[in-house]
Amino acid sequence: MSENTAAKEVKRPTARKDMTMAQWTLKEMKRNKVAYVMIAPFFLIFTTFTVVPVILSLALSFTTFNMLEMPDFIFMDNYIRLFLDDDIFITAVQNTLIFAAITGPVSYILSFVIAWFINELAPKMRAFVTLIFYSPSISGAVYMIWGVIFSGDTYGYVNGMLINLGFITEPIQFFQNATYVMPLCIVVALWTSLGTAFLSFIAGLQIVDRSLYEAGAVDGVKNRWQELWYITLPSMKEQLMFGAVMSITGSFGFGGIVTALAGFPSVDYCAWTIQHHLEDYGGQRFEVGYASAIATVLFAMMFGCNIVIKKLLAKVGQ
Amino acid sequence: MAKLRTRKHAVVLNRSVGGDVGINTFLILMGAFMFLPMLYTLMQSLKPLDELWAFPPRFYVTSPTLKNFGDLFRLMGTSWVPFSRYIFNTILIAVGGTFGNLMLGSMAAYALAKIKFPGRGWMFQMVVLSLMFNATVAGIANFIIMSALGWVDTYLAIIIPAWGSTLGLYLMKQFMESSVSDAVLESARLDGASEFYTFWKIAMPMVKPAWLTLIVYSFQGLWNSGASIYVYSEELKTFNYAIGQILAGGIVRAGAGAASTVVMMAVPIAVFVISQSNIIETMASSGMKD
Repeated sequence: MSENTAAKEVKRPTARKDMTMAQWTLKEMKRNKVAYVMIAPFFLIFTTFTVVPVILSLALSFTTFNMLEMPDFIFMDNYIRLFLDDDIFITAVQNTLIFAAITGPVSYILSFVIAWFINELAPKMRAFVTLIFYSPSISGAVYMIWGVIFSGDTYGYVNGMLINLGFITEPIQFFQNATYVMPLCIVVALWTSLGTAFLSFIAGLQIVDRSLYEAGAVDGVKNRWQELWYITLPSMKEQLMFGAVMSITGSFGFGGIVTALAGFPSVDYCAWTIQHHLEDYGGQRFEVGYASAIATVLFAMMFGCNIVIKKLLAKVGQ
Repeated sequence: MAKLRTRKHAVVLNRSVGGDVGINTFLILMGAFMFLPMLYTLMQSLKPLDELWAFPPRFYVTSPTLKNFGDLFRLMGTSWVPFSRYIFNTILIAVGGTFGNLMLGSMAAYALAKIKFPGRGWMFQMVVLSLMFNATVAGIANFIIMSALGWVDTYLAIIIPAWGSTLGLYLMKQFMESSVSDAVLESARLDGASEFYTFWKIAMPMVKPAWLTLIVYSFQGLWNSGASIYVYSEELKTFNYAIGQILAGGIVRAGAGAASTVVMMAVPIAVFVISQSNIIETMASSGMKD
C-alpha cells in the first residue's frame, strides 16, 4: 500500500509507525481543514441554540436566577422543592408519564402496522392512503376541530348526537370534566402522531429485498405474520430505530394540544404536564432557576427514555 | 410453496383471504378515524350560519357557501396590524429559515458524510442525540441567550435558530451516504476539484430528493409556528398566530375559524402531495445505525 492511500484511511492510525496518535490526528485535521470550514456555520448555530441552552439550564437549575438579580447558588434546593414541596409538579410528572407511556408505543406500533398494511397496495393507492394518515400531523391547528366535535354545548357533534338519541339529557362538558380530559387529549395526540416515523417505515418497507420473500416462501414461511417476523422486521432494524427515537421524542411534546383543547391550566390540573409546569414558572412567573430545574428533569426523562429504548431495540434479534 | 396469488402490480406470496379482509377492515376504520375530522373541518367551513347552529348537528353541509371565507377576509381587514403583515412575516420566516437550514445543513451533511476528518464521529453523534429531546426544554435558556445577543423581539430570534435544526441535516447526511458514490467524488478530487466544488456541483445535484425533504420539513415547521416566547410585537407575529386569535374569538366566529383552519392546512398538505415521492425516497435511508 502506498504512503498516500494509507494516509486516507482514517481509522488506521496504527498503520503509521512513524508518528504518534496526536501527531497523526493533527496532520489529518490540517489535511481536511476544509471539512471544518464546511461544518463550522451549522455547528456554531447548533451549539449556540441547542447545546449551550441544555448546559445553561442544568447550571441555572442549581441557582435562584430570576432574570433581574444575580443568581445565588443553592445546590439541590430547586430539585428538593420540586419533588417534596410541589404537589402540582408530581401531578405533572404522573400525567407526562401516562401521556408518554400511551402515545409513544401506540403511535409507534400504529405507524408500523399501517405502513406494513398499505405496503402491498398499488403505488397510487398507497400514496393516497399515506396522505390520509399523514396529513393530520402536518396540518397545524387542525386538531382544534376536536374541540368542536366534543364541544360542551348541544351544538357539539357528540353531545348533539347523544342527546338526540336519548342517551343523555344535558350536554357533557367534555373538556371541563376531569374524567374525560386526559383520554380525549390522548386520542387527539394519537390522531396527530403518524408523522416522520410513519414515513420512514413506509420507505423502509419498500426497500426490503424482494428476493428475500421469495427465498422465505421456498424455505417454508407460511403466512404474512411469519414473513413479518422472520424477514421484514430484521431487514428494517435501522428504520425501526429511527422511528422509535421520533415517536419517543414526540410523545413528550403534546402539551400544546392539551393547552389548546383543555385550557391553561386544565380543570383540576387533570392534564397538567411537565411542559405546562415549565411554561408556568419560566414564561409567566420568571422563576428561571426553578424552571431550569423543571426543564432539566424533562430533558432527563426524554433523553433517558430514548437511550434505554435504543439499547433495548439494539438487543432485539441479536 | 403454499398459495401463490398475483395482484396487478406484484407477486404476493402466502396471503390468506381472512388476513386480507381483517387488514382492510382495520385500514378502513383507522382511515375513517384519521380522515373524518379533516373532512368535518372542511364541512364546517362551508356551512351557512343556520347549519352551524342546527340541532341535532349534521356532519354534511346541505347548502354550501363560501361566506365563511368572506367573513375570514373581512375579519383580517379589521385586525390591528394589517393582515398582509402577518402573511409577510410567515413567508419571510419560512423562506429565510428554510434557505439557511438548507445551505448550512447540506454543507455540514456533505462534510460529515463524505470527508473523513477527525471528530466527525462524535459530531454526528451529537446531531443524533439532539433528535432525542424537543426544543421546549431549551426554551428558557434560549431566551437568556437571545437577550444577550439583543435578538429578542426581532425576526432573527426565529430565523437563525432554524438554520441549526438537525432533522434535515440528519436525513441529508444519511441520504448522501447511501446515494453519492465515493468513487465519483474521488475522481473529481483527483482532477483538482475543491471540496466546495464537489459538494455543490457533484454531490448536491445527486441528492435532490433530500433537498426537497429538508425544505418541506423546515418549511412545515416554520409555517406552523405560532406565538413565540422571543417575539412580542404584534407586527412581528405570524399568520398562524393571527389565525389562532380568530379561533380564540369563539362562538361568533365559528364559521370563520373553520375557514381559517382550512386555509392553514391547505398549504402543508399541498406541499406534501407535490413532494411525497421524494420524501419517501429520502426516508428510505433514514435508518439509525447504533
